[in-house]
Amino acid sequence: MSENNINITLDVWRQNGPADKGHFETYEAKEISTDSSFLEMLDVVNERLIDDEKLPITFESDCREGICGTCSLMINGQAHGPNKGQATCQLHMRTFSDGDHITVEPFRAASFPVIKDLAVSRAALDTIQHAGGYVSVSTGSAPDANLTPVPKDAADLAMDAAACIGCGACVAACPNSAAQLFTSAKVNHLNLLPQGQSERWKRVEAMVDTMEDYFGTCTNHGECYEACPKEISLDFIAFMNRDYVKAKIKNRKLAGQK
Amino acid sequence: MAQTMPDLRNPQPIRSRKKPLPFPLNIWQSAVGRKWIMALTGVGLLGFVLAHMIGNLHIYEGPAELHEYAEALRGLGGGIVPRMVLLWVLRFGLIAMFGLHIAAAYTTKEISRKASDDANFMDGQKSYPGGRDYIAANYASRTMRWTGPIILLYLVFHLADLTWGWLPHTEYIKGDPYHNVATSLGNLPVAIIYILANVALALHIFHGTWSVFQSLGLNNPKYNQARKGLAAGLAGVILLGNLTFPILTQAGVIDDDKNPCGQITDQAENTECFEELLSHGGE
Repeated sequence: MSENNINITLDVWRQNGPADKGHFETYEAKEISTDSSFLEMLDVVNERLIDDEKLPITFESDCREGICGTCSLMINGQAHGPNKGQATCQLHMRTFSDGDHITVEPFRAASFPVIKDLAVSRAALDTIQHAGGYVSVSTGSAPDANLTPVPKDAADLAMDAAACIGCGACVAACPNSAAQLFTSAKVNHLNLLPQGQSERWKRVEAMVDTMEDYFGTCTNHGECYEACPKEISLDFIAFMNRDYVKAKIKNRKLAGQK
Repeated sequence: MAQTMPDLRNPQPIRSRKKPLPFPLNIWQSAVGRKWIMALTGVGLLGFVLAHMIGNLHIYEGPAELHEYAEALRGLGGGIVPRMVLLWVLRFGLIAMFGLHIAAAYTTKEISRKASDDANFMDGQKSYPGGRDYIAANYASRTMRWTGPIILLYLVFHLADLTWGWLPHTEYIKGDPYHNVATSLGNLPVAIIYILANVALALHIFHGTWSVFQSLGLNNPKYNQARKGLAAGLAGVILLGNLTFPILTQAGVIDDDKNPCGQITDQAENTECFEELLSHGGE
């Protein structure tokens, strides 16, 4: 593969701390390799900013291989950029052409306060996770493998839900700032498995109630699925809605009720 | 810094949690529960809209038959319940469903507004200063918060026009729906209002029908593929059916000249005229 260099113009959101108002600043990024990822391109831009004795652009990244959920960015009005099922770290500059104008913004929601520039605090998602995104396991010796039979379909579906990396793209892409896709993935990867059954109804109630403390309400646009780097299905939102109202209707004081 | 810094590790909730009410009121307390109620009332209202459209097709049978249909609605329940009682029960059910549907829509929208930065919540959705791209959200889904109020305004207009007879452009005769429809929709501006409102209604139904499945959690791989088709089909059938009335009135198919009792403005005499017409038809 031959290496190509492109020249692009960046409109980057600069915001000096949570209380700052923030504004766009334009940067010319010349001679960018098309083999570099979007984040590597920002690294290059930052190196040049540092050389010019200017403040580099703050952005988040960690694994840079699409599995940690640390990178974010609204690129040209799309969370994680234009490609489907891809995080920003795996978006490569070959997606863009020479002379392109690229707008880069942080993920936005009232519960995603901007820390600086493009970095936002996604701690509200952790709060949802703390409310019920776990199974209580008694300590002791490890249980035998395959002791609990799991139907293959359920295992596959639970795995699909567990693919959520918690990046917050669903919230960013949602016109309502709703966190339904994240929460439904976290609820369902446990609710679909036998290990999650004992806390199933408590979990869905606690996690949905916590979600609603911080985020908006779903109107079934489906933007979250399009933005999701892990392509979490909208079906999980339906499962969560069903379980939530079921949990409300059930009288869990009635012993032995499944 | 003088300004208060948000605690980035412990974000502030956008709303305070209320004390849980007893079942079933606690369903209303959560947005997911409210969406569930919005979906159920939506199904009820959709049923009404469909039945209303189909019932109105009686207009193509003729003035007397439409009068008979209107009378049949008033006499619903036959001899078991008194005249008008069952109709009013249904009407109160509809009003309650409308109220719940609108209240759920308004309050959940307010939550979404709070969850987006206030400054960035425009036209009923979160916006980005740098602009944004919609991939999945279609025109119908993004305009739900506009088509809803449009339908409400149209409903008031429609009731004032053809139920209460308050509007000056018709010579309203109670009990002669053919005359009322023909004279009202014979006005071009009124016909245009009906056409536009029904397009808004169809858009609302299109997104609403698909939304029902998602909000109620009705999800089954056996029929998931059919959801969008059902939404388009229902919206299309209701749109087509409803559009025939203003368009065919303008085209002269529905015309008060074809109504033998349309000139009799006194309600009692008008009803008598229809009864005579119908009894002759039955012979």
